[in-house]
Amino acid sequence: MVEWTDFERNTIQDIFSRIEYDVVGPAALARCLVVYPWTQRYFGGFGNLYNAAAIKGNPMVSKHGTTILNGLERAVKNMDDITNTYAELSVLHSEKLHVDPDNFKLLADCLTIVVAAQLGNEFTGEVQAAFQKFLAVVVSALGRQYR
Amino acid sequence: MSLSEKDKAAVKALWSKIGKSSDAIGNDALSRMIVVYPQTKTYFSHWPEVTPGSPHIKAHGKKVMGGIALAVTKIDDLKTGLSELSEQHAYKLRVDPANFKTLNHCILVVISTMFPKEFTPEAHVSLDKFLSGVALALADRYR
Repeated sequence: MVEWTDFERNTIQDIFSRIEYDVVGPAALARCLVVYPWTQRYFGGFGNLYNAAAIKGNPMVSKHGTTILNGLERAVKNMDDITNTYAELSVLHSEKLHVDPDNFKLLADCLTIVVAAQLGNEFTGEVQAAFQKFLAVVVSALGRQYR
Repeated sequence: MSLSEKDKAAVKALWSKIGKSSDAIGNDALSRMIVVYPQTKTYFSHWPEVTPGSPHIKAHGKKVMGGIALAVTKIDDLKTGLSELSEQHAYKLRVDPANFKTLNHCILVVISTMFPKEFTPEAHVSLDKFLSGVALALADRYR
């Protein structure tokens, strides 16, 4: 089981209570699709992803970005049992969506960068460490049921 | 993943805006790295203290960003332009090249906190490619 310090718990709760899911989610997903264009392979049905402007303005990308943040909220609310909380989502990403789990880290890095931009100075090294630890646990849980 | 002319232009354009803050970027990136990735402290055991914002970290951050600034001027041929630095890292410093990726990530995070408007996804992809190219060039003489 993952051990969380009080600082880490408070930091994660604080970040997620402050960020707007429908701003951060779309921004993180769009950034991922631009910075790591091979991730577009999973979004063939999303229409125009031809360039950065198209990606940023794509309503399906925005909607899905928000969905992802809402999914992360489940981990925020169950920090002591993320592995089990995500068991079904892991199966979904493996069996139905066929997403290479290496991609989870790419999205996590983009989310870190977007949250850093939102929080500015307040995104200190310690806050970054807590946030990245949280995302690493999420990424691990999402990859857990792959076979 | 080679740098296109568009990437090179984007990197130079971004650098023209952020370059004057390079000392602060270097300090923050290194300070952050030793906190988020404590295993990186092992490379600095010869310093009296390895803490964020310390004089050693500040000086070293400045040195690292000096290397990045040099790389921007050698963007058309990073391997040749950084070959001396590569030799230094290979034979003297012997930093595991995996750490270049780690520090690059910290540099990107710092730029994002300091320049959120300028660090668009388009600027991000070009800078990420550039820093990856720098890491590759730095590792060139390792073996």
